Amino acid sequence: MKLLILLVIVVGFVATLQLAKVYQLTSSLRAKREEDISEADNRLNGGLFLAFMLAFYASFIALMVKYGDYLPVAASEHGVEVDRLMNFNLAIIIFVFFLVNTLLFWFAAKYYHRPDRKAKFFAHDNRLELIWTIIPSIVLAAIIAYGLKTWNAMTGEASPDALQVEVYSKQFDWTVRYPGLDGEFGLADFNLITATNPLGIATPEGVVEALAALDSQIVALESVVAHEKGHLVKEREGLEEELHGGHGHAAPEAGRKARIEARLAEIDAMLESDQVVILTDAQYEATADKLYRLKRHRQRIAELEQFDLDGGIPAWEAGKDDQIVKGEFHIPVGREVEFIFRSRDVIHSAYMPHFRAQMNAVPGVPTRFKMTPTITTDSMRTITGDEEFNYILLCNKVCGSAHFNMQMTIVVDTPEQYEAWLASQAAFGAEPEPAAADSTGTAPAADVAAVDTTAAAPSTLTPATGAGAGRNAAATPRNKNQGNF
Amino acid sequence: MAAHTHHHEESFVSKYVFSQDHKMISKQFLVTAILMGIVAVMLSVFFRLQLGWPGEQFAILETFLGKWAPDGVLDRNAYLALVTIHGTIMVFFVLTGGLSGTFSNLLIPLQIGARDMASGFLNMLSYWFFLVSSIIMIFSLFVEGGAASGGWTVYPPLSALPQAMPGSGMGMTLWLISMTLFVVSSLLGGLNYIVTVVNLRTKGMSMTRLPLTIWAFLVTAILGVLSFPVLVSAVVLLLMDRSMGTAFYLSDIYIAGEALDVTGGSPILYQHLFWFLGHPEVYIVLLPALGISSEVIATNARKPIFGYKAMIGSILGIGFLSFIVWGHHMFVTGMNPFLGSVFVFTTLLIAIPSAVKAFNYITTLWQGNIRFTPAMLFSIGLVSTFVTGGLTGIILADSALDVNVHDTYFVVAHFHIVMGMSAIFGMLAGIYHWFPKMFGKMMNTKLGYVHFWITLITGYGVFFPMHFVGIAGAPRRYYDYSEFAFLDWVMDLQPIISTFAIIGAIGQLFFLFNFFYSIFRGPRAVENPWGSNTLEWTTPVEHVHGNWPGALPEVHRWAYDYSNPEHEADFVPQTTPLLQGEHAH
Repeated sequence: MKLLILLVIVVGFVATLQLAKVYQLTSSLRAKREEDISEADNRLNGGLFLAFMLAFYASFIALMVKYGDYLPVAASEHGVEVDRLMNFNLAIIIFVFFLVNTLLFWFAAKYYHRPDRKAKFFAHDNRLELIWTIIPSIVLAAIIAYGLKTWNAMTGEASPDALQVEVYSKQFDWTVRYPGLDGEFGLADFNLITATNPLGIATPEGVVEALAALDSQIVALESVVAHEKGHLVKEREGLEEELHGGHGHAAPEAGRKARIEARLAEIDAMLESDQVVILTDAQYEATADKLYRLKRHRQRIAELEQFDLDGGIPAWEAGKDDQIVKGEFHIPVGREVEFIFRSRDVIHSAYMPHFRAQMNAVPGVPTRFKMTPTITTDSMRTITGDEEFNYILLCNKVCGSAHFNMQMTIVVDTPEQYEAWLASQAAFGAEPEPAAADSTGTAPAADVAAVDTTAAAPSTLTPATGAGAGRNAAATPRNKNQGNF
Repeated sequence: MAAHTHHHEESFVSKYVFSQDHKMISKQFLVTAILMGIVAVMLSVFFRLQLGWPGEQFAILETFLGKWAPDGVLDRNAYLALVTIHGTIMVFFVLTGGLSGTFSNLLIPLQIGARDMASGFLNMLSYWFFLVSSIIMIFSLFVEGGAASGGWTVYPPLSALPQAMPGSGMGMTLWLISMTLFVVSSLLGGLNYIVTVVNLRTKGMSMTRLPLTIWAFLVTAILGVLSFPVLVSAVVLLLMDRSMGTAFYLSDIYIAGEALDVTGGSPILYQHLFWFLGHPEVYIVLLPALGISSEVIATNARKPIFGYKAMIGSILGIGFLSFIVWGHHMFVTGMNPFLGSVFVFTTLLIAIPSAVKAFNYITTLWQGNIRFTPAMLFSIGLVSTFVTGGLTGIILADSALDVNVHDTYFVVAHFHIVMGMSAIFGMLAGIYHWFPKMFGKMMNTKLGYVHFWITLITGYGVFFPMHFVGIAGAPRRYYDYSEFAFLDWVMDLQPIISTFAIIGAIGQLFFLFNFFYSIFRGPRAVENPWGSNTLEWTTPVEHVHGNWPGALPEVHRWAYDYSNPEHEADFVPQTTPLLQGEHAH
């Protein structure tokens, strides 16, 4: 089928070329010059512009009819405003679209070249130009004013009792963290990230463990570097040469000599031992480099400081009750949610089209977006008539090979459902509670529980990277809320 | 100027290769840009195959892409590389280097009455830097790991970390080197254009008698000279982050199982630097096209361009404003909302000079005597795409609305129509219009007609439906949308879009054939085939070094005395002295 289409296109192309050639031959016979456009051609093209215009408008209207209702109704408070603003803007630009294109194509069709006519010499008209400077200015003023009003409402400070939710991104999935009973996110630092602590949440035990883990790696690598055979042999040769005073060197004085001999014995022992390794230069360099980076890593963790959050909670303790979920997360309907976005590797963008919400997640720079969901998932299923419907969070900033499938389901619950769901989520520092996870039937909770068994060590962060470092006093009422269960 | 009157023999190399003659350099730019354009169009067809029919096998993909399309299915990393290189080549190599390089070079000396560019040598260097950077960019497609894949904006950290994706390895390094050389080319060219326009205008060619093409090229060159150095700084810092362990753009990164030793940088810094070039770049692409269409529309409507001074004013206004709007690309980066408001305001202001331009074009057509040369068709098409695409910019400039359509197909639709189609139409109009001046031959008009109608219809056919795909919430740069059920209903537009893209790409063969065939076999052109007023049509058909065999022409009037009732003919060349009692414009 496709081959057939291709064939038709190729044949059509060749045929057109042949026609053009014939045309060229005949026109050179008639002594017609290429730049002389015949009246028939002018009329044809003018007519084609009109025909194109009509076809263009017809396609536009057909698209509007079929795809005009782009998404279900906005599911957030500001989303409704955004849609209203969008319709206001669309009404204006669609009007101008039709107006300008109609004038353009209509004039093109109407004023095609006729040899017996001369164009009107009309070089400028200040009044006309003033009109189409001033009218767009007024319309744009309205667009700007309305747009900024909506923008300011969207981007204002979140209310003190807003629910804070951290959305954490990495290649190629999302993790969501709730602040837990204390209403404070424990500090997190990228240096503390491990397989079992994917957000790098800091706790005193966690830091100790992280340091211990690094130390064992450092010791192992130091041993490798120290036992590299080539380097040992080379060092040995150098020392022996010095010892025997070769190449005109004087023999070393006694103290130095003793040290050299001790070292030679040590090298011999090392060469004998089963720890000796043989590395290429490149491997040796890579190992030394890795060792250096591990030491830097250790140093960065050692520099992390203990401090208290504004609410008086030690930042290293606040993370123990944080709840971490993957795969799907829940938010309550009717309550303002303030999202805090973080990324551990590249820039991602958290896009939630049904809520008309989007914000980039930028490594090193926490960002925020607030919204109030207005329609529960269940209600939206009724509205759309789709039992499978789910709100979705997707990545909208190219982030690598699996960018196109980096998603998470959002469930908007009634407050009661939400509380129940949240209660079933294990705390970061807690012992595994598989029963609780199973009771809600949410697979992600089970994952977290599994993670927690090994990750019992929380950790901490510096204020700059602590996404939860803001508005702590304000968070207190929320603690009470969540403390109910 | 006797030296220029006798023809001195030049070797093949100095005439065709290391030429310092602006007309030859312009042709070199054009042919290079066309070749780059062919590559970019082919890349787009490849990824449109995947988007139109995801997962289906196309033997052609394996033929061209080899291991990037095993069994004829495009690899997901290769998809991103294709998208990235398509964008890079189109924006920089075709529409910046190709458009300005070709027409600023050809027309600035010819239309202002100069013997050549202020510095022929720098001009030649400009082309050679362009060529080398083009070659490196193409070469980067063939390295291990593939070409740069982070999108044409190559945001770090994705582009800074080779661990982040295969395309951030050697391909990315080559991309950065290529861009650096490209900027050198652009600066050498731009400085030359500015100096030439300011210093080398012939007697009588005051700034208010300049054709609008020259005004557009001048402002374009100024934009380039002011903004491209900022891109270089962004690129150099990125190179250092990649290779020298600095952290200008990096902080708090854990990737590939390791916490990197970088803190304190900001990825957003790169975006500010990039878009400080990036937005003026849009107008660097667009203004020359608008200048060309002003000239083509006036000539072929046989009418003066309406509101000449307002057109100059709007070019200057657009040029100035383009420097203070870059933040509208960054509404969702977490920038201060108040700063966002400022950018909303400045961005929407650009709509005013743009509206003036659009209405002035239309008034120029009104009561005209329109001759539909292929160049004229493309110019009218340009006005349509400029308006249609520009209008959706109002939505994207409105930060509250941008939040929901940012980085979706809506954006793809917007900039491909307003910048891609308009600028390509302007470039094609320029080629059809000045082909007789460049090559002394005529292109075939009928083939031009076929080419235009295919291009207009398929262009809109590709990009117009994308508005709907975007509003439905489909992000751009996705390899496959089948994982998202909420987009299913709008995805049946994708095969339609791809079909238009394929037909449109094949339709360009009419142009390529016409172009290369006419260079060698086209009918001979006369000195002034279109009945134009501007100076380039007073030069002989056979190029001479120094442009005019005798003395330089003297200018007595503006460039737009078409159908002037005080004259018999429907055009009055700029070299014609004013009649007794005639008012100059």
